Amino acid sequence: MTTQIQYPFDQGFIESFSSQNGEPNWFKERRIDAFTKMDQIPMPKPDKTKITNWNFIEFKQHSVNSAPFSNVEELPESLRRLIDLEGGIKNLYIQHNQTAGFLSLTDELKDQGVIFTDLITAVKNHGELVEKYFMTKGVKPDEHRLAAFHAALVNGGAFLYIPKNVQVTEPIQSIFVHDNGDAPLINHVLIVADENSSVTYVENYISLNDQTTGIANIITEVIALSNSRVRVGAVDTLAKGVTTYVNRRGYTDRDAQIEWALGMMNDGHTISENETNLIGEGSVCDTKTVVIGRGEQIQNFTTEVRHFGKNTEGTILKHGVVKDRATTVFNGIGKIEHGATKSNAQQESRVLMLSEKARGDANPILLIDEDDVLAGHAASVGRVDPIQLYYLMSRGIPREEAERLIIHGFLEPVVSQLPIEGVKKQLIEVIERKVQ
Amino acid sequence: MANTTLTIKDLHVAIDGKEILKGVNLEIKSGEFHAVMGPNGTGKSTLASAIMGHPKYEVTKGSVTLDGKDVLEMEVDERARAGLFLAMQYPSEISGVTNSDFLRSAINATRGEGNEIPLMKFIKKMDEKMELLDIDLNMAQRYVNEGFSGGEKKRNEILQLLMLDPKIAILDEIDSGLDIDALKVVAKGINSMRNSEFGCLIITHYQRLLNYITPDYVHVMMQGRIVKSGGPELARRLEAEGYDWIKKELGIEDETVEVEQEA
Repeated sequence: MTTQIQYPFDQGFIESFSSQNGEPNWFKERRIDAFTKMDQIPMPKPDKTKITNWNFIEFKQHSVNSAPFSNVEELPESLRRLIDLEGGIKNLYIQHNQTAGFLSLTDELKDQGVIFTDLITAVKNHGELVEKYFMTKGVKPDEHRLAAFHAALVNGGAFLYIPKNVQVTEPIQSIFVHDNGDAPLINHVLIVADENSSVTYVENYISLNDQTTGIANIITEVIALSNSRVRVGAVDTLAKGVTTYVNRRGYTDRDAQIEWALGMMNDGHTISENETNLIGEGSVCDTKTVVIGRGEQIQNFTTEVRHFGKNTEGTILKHGVVKDRATTVFNGIGKIEHGATKSNAQQESRVLMLSEKARGDANPILLIDEDDVLAGHAASVGRVDPIQLYYLMSRGIPREEAERLIIHGFLEPVVSQLPIEGVKKQLIEVIERKVQ
Repeated sequence: MANTTLTIKDLHVAIDGKEILKGVNLEIKSGEFHAVMGPNGTGKSTLASAIMGHPKYEVTKGSVTLDGKDVLEMEVDERARAGLFLAMQYPSEISGVTNSDFLRSAINATRGEGNEIPLMKFIKKMDEKMELLDIDLNMAQRYVNEGFSGGEKKRNEILQLLMLDPKIAILDEIDSGLDIDALKVVAKGINSMRNSEFGCLIITHYQRLLNYITPDYVHVMMQGRIVKSGGPELARRLEAEGYDWIKKELGIEDETVEVEQEA
């Protein structure tokens, strides 16, 4: 479809803010290139959710100047709770809307060559690395219109690079705070783990108040080079009025490993893609997602692992709770490409519905172009088992508390995987609040 | 509250519209151990489930009271907090919830807000009871009944009994599927509860359990009713002679009312 769409921006606008940012030419050119393609490529088509009437593209202004959260002591309580303050702040980046704020990286990691900084700074100071990996191996700008939109207008994010043979033991955390609906959150996180390195990274997307509106277009790319291991945890808690497109994409070289633990707790309409391409032989992806849908929320979660390399292994686990009139769609795709012999694609999706009007859908898809492989799937959509409730209640536990236990238990396999204690606690609290 | 009485009067219970219990009368007081015996399919488990409030069972007539309070009017959790306990024949598995969290929630539900059991006290009690029942201590951190063997599930039911300290407990075929060693351990646990403030209703179709737990009263159930009651000697006679003499005595040809359902 090539209908002419009126955007609130044009090429001149992009050129001018790119210059204002002091971005190098290559980055500006990529923006413009993506912008010129935008019209010609279609919107993404999440299976079983119609998004034609959703606004992902219109906004009032491209960025706002927000108070930089440069001092942890001044942070609102809701943010302080996400941080492990007790052990001392080690590796943390905080961004307020589009404004880069607090940044900390231990001297030890700096000395080892680890780079952790906001995206625009990285584009300027670490151009060679960013140019090589930014939207080249993970998400491509011409995949669909929202990817092009993202490449053209990205206005925030972070860059993390782990050099060869460096093992980072302390987690690295980003907190992206959104409380101004005038400007879109077009946020990009690029993680590159060089050969034989390892790292744990956790990101939080958080709305400071329930009233926040607007659009979010989020991409996180994880490039895991040979024999590296990357663990990514995320908790998204954007407000009801925020329409979100979020894409978390992994790329593995030989023997590399990516583990995702995603707490998808937005209150607004959300389209989420989590795709990992297992390119190198022997590489592994383990991806776990928990979701809660409530209110009138419509959400679609596509989790895909594509096997290109031989002996690759992919495991998808998704558990979702849906209440009120919310709709949650789970699409799980295990795709084994021709040549990826001895690969193993497994997936499990479960949806628990808490109300009559809630809608849940779990679609397991296996696409297999190779003979000598293993693949399996399990999917279910159902309600709280009355016999389980009876069992818990027969021990004196009131119905509501019994339901709460069952729900927490249902989400536990992912919650327990989150690597930062504060973030895990936050997720448990959010779940608590949302299922009440 | 030293003395508690559970009174069952003319209890009729149906499942899916089919009547299974056809007028059961029974009274259990603190300090008493009762055994309800009978062949399969005579309504024993239905009695247990109906008293606890299993959602599938419908009481069509009669009453169940605990110290005069109407049990049938209570929600399942209220029945438990009033002092009733049912060790189930087929306990549910609750994924993601540890045994320890489950038991703590259960104990605190009865103790009430502001009166929660101190964590150390809870851990000490749980360790103590698990040791008594010869349960591996890591079972506290395993998810409730998930991946448990049949024997582990039965022990876990008795562990809950010991932890929750009810006034009246009903044990629904707690002995089925247990080897003799496990049976002894389970009996030891149940016997440790024996005191003047605790009453127990043991449902079984094997006399075997009663070699380790001596009941004060024995009742035989057939066709959805208690057809004969007596002392421990009745259980011994059943062991020796089976049920046929009772059927003959009462002129019963087919003692069953149902195919026993899995709860």
